[in-house]
Amino acid sequence: MQRTTSRQTLAVLATAVTGSLVLAACGGAGGPSSGGGKISDGKVVIGLLNDQSGVYKDLSGPNSKVAIQMAIDDYKAKYGDKAVAKDIEIVAADHQNKPDVANTKAQEMYDRDKADIILDVPTSSAALAVATQAKAKKKLFIDIGAGTTALTGAQCNKYTFHWAYDTYMLASGTGAALVEGGGKNWSIVYPDYAFGQDMTKSFTAAVERAGGTVQQKIATPFPNENFATFITKAGSSKPDVIGIMAAGGDLVNFVKQYNQAGMADKAKLAVGLMFITDIHSLGVDQFKGTTFTDAWYWNFDAQNKAWADKFKAKTNTRPSFAHAGNYSAAFNYLEAVQAAGTDKSDDIVKQLEGKKINDMFLRNGEVRAADHNVIHDVYQVKVKSKDQVKEEWDYEEVVKTIPAADAYGPANPACKMG
Amino acid sequence: MPPARPERAAYRAGPKLENNRTAPTTGSHMTAFIQYTLQGLALGGFYALAALGLAVIFGVLGVVNFSHGACYMLGAVGAAVLLDATGLGFWWALPLMTIAMFLFGVLMERLLVQWLLRLDPLYNFLLTFGLTLLLVDVVKRKYGVSGLPYPLPAGLDGRITLGAVSLSTYQVFAAVFSISVCLAVWLVLTKTRVGMIVRASTEDAERSRALGINVSRWVTPVFGFGIALAGLAGVLRAPTGSVTADMGSFFIIILFAVVVIGGLGSILGAVVAGFLVGLVEAYGQGYAGRFSQVFIFMLMALVILVRPSGLFGREEAAS
Repeated sequence: MQRTTSRQTLAVLATAVTGSLVLAACGGAGGPSSGGGKISDGKVVIGLLNDQSGVYKDLSGPNSKVAIQMAIDDYKAKYGDKAVAKDIEIVAADHQNKPDVANTKAQEMYDRDKADIILDVPTSSAALAVATQAKAKKKLFIDIGAGTTALTGAQCNKYTFHWAYDTYMLASGTGAALVEGGGKNWSIVYPDYAFGQDMTKSFTAAVERAGGTVQQKIATPFPNENFATFITKAGSSKPDVIGIMAAGGDLVNFVKQYNQAGMADKAKLAVGLMFITDIHSLGVDQFKGTTFTDAWYWNFDAQNKAWADKFKAKTNTRPSFAHAGNYSAAFNYLEAVQAAGTDKSDDIVKQLEGKKINDMFLRNGEVRAADHNVIHDVYQVKVKSKDQVKEEWDYEEVVKTIPAADAYGPANPACKMG
Repeated sequence: MPPARPERAAYRAGPKLENNRTAPTTGSHMTAFIQYTLQGLALGGFYALAALGLAVIFGVLGVVNFSHGACYMLGAVGAAVLLDATGLGFWWALPLMTIAMFLFGVLMERLLVQWLLRLDPLYNFLLTFGLTLLLVDVVKRKYGVSGLPYPLPAGLDGRITLGAVSLSTYQVFAAVFSISVCLAVWLVLTKTRVGMIVRASTEDAERSRALGINVSRWVTPVFGFGIALAGLAGVLRAPTGSVTADMGSFFIIILFAVVVIGGLGSILGAVVAGFLVGLVEAYGQGYAGRFSQVFIFMLMALVILVRPSGLFGREEAAS
């Protein structure tokens, strides 16, 4: 019968599709690219390469273009007729969190769009791909969105800077703070891919430096929906602190199920990397009391707040630290162009290296010449409880400011600046 | 496991033995096993419900509905939007979103799916695949990618503890609820007149017509019903998982594994395979961490090797 054959075909088809999708799922979401731009010399072209459609879209994405435009406006307002860069253009592209796409887009930006600098680039593997391009083309790259310490370590180069945060700083902030607060025994749950492994390594080192112990390191598949059994396992060693190194949807899944498992009463929750957009999407209730390290918080002081208000007027939302970081990187780049009187990469590098910066984003900031890590004060924060929240996005309570040197440690010895 | 073992061993062997943790005994192993089993069963109930709609639609229409994950997502996102816009919580969302998704399914069948039913099944597969991309992107555009908040319903936020094992009240509720729905669907399809008509229409549409049954009349509601089940599963998931545009994209893969293991189109198969997959995932998480999902697909491969039509697949497909 016809029917029989089609059923068979479908069974085979469904099986094949299921299998191939498993492979495809590792890739991440696709989406339209908004790349392109006019070729024009005599122009400063800033390339924004980030996730414009996938999981990291909200925490940086298209709104980072707004932030960079704000930097351009502020630069023009500051220097007026004396501005060296009169014509400044932004080109934005979607790298879909894939290193191969990031690699191609970076080439396009540097070659075709004549980008003088590329900004942002979340996703560590994608950032490392762009760093390689920057080195080859001798063009600037300031990373904001990615966390890997390799950018300022083994894979550092003259044209690459790392502006906002890295896994070392996240770990030393949160790890040390919780151990000092009595959280000696840790269980760490992490997604089994580069970022999760890197974070786990950094956190283990930080916890042990502070005198604590990591009793369990539990690898989970990525992505993962159900964490109930992982949570049971993590709790089985009766830890003081459970650290979760997942991000995005997985983090939300974990935290919801962690609360439902009643773990919140038994162990403190430490989140490796959290963006304010995560708290917003899950609601403060779920994260109540959670400790993490933030590179910047919009409601920290009047200066931050003023910038956040301007940002809100344009985007109708509050900025994450990545938005503020993009602003700061773009603005300081333009300042360097102004000081150098040119946009030649080598001159800009000279301007930036060793520069001490205090601005809206960087407090006690320094562009460390040895490894191009831009170190600055960071913040140990606690998520507020619902009744403490006075307005939308008012989610964080800054417990402590961690001085730049403590947060970032010494310059990475693995970095050999060529 | 590999990263944990040397760590712990080194720690215990070290001179500063200051942890007061008791070494794992046979008893605690047993407790852990029971705990994993219960978690697996709870998860399995949910998988069964989510896969049921897929099985029903395939069984009755012969359509591999790839948009099942997207419809599941719509159920969850719809519940979150409903809560945000009107303040109607979980208990309202369960019936309202189910009805809304039923209507959505009816529209989908009338406007799109029905035109391709006579063609190669591949066409409907591609149609629903395209529809998935569309729905996911529309939701992304409207609600962003980082997801929507959805709280636990009041009264279900506690724990149920029996001796040394305990499960969250919501987990138990979701499992019991899912199993009840599966049971009800099975009863309707096997024990009622409507169920018999639907089954007869799928077994042999020509002869059913000859006997005076209006076959095409049942196709639309059945499709809507399958979609409604996906939406229901989405609502059920919302309090305990992330509510994002992408939540169905990975989930659909697990669901396909479930229906392939159970046998495409078999309702009993979907339920049994749902529990099997739930258990395999829980044991995997408990004993092999990062590989927990791999086992699901190994199980799938094994079942296909031994019984190509799945555990409860129809014999005709096995020839």
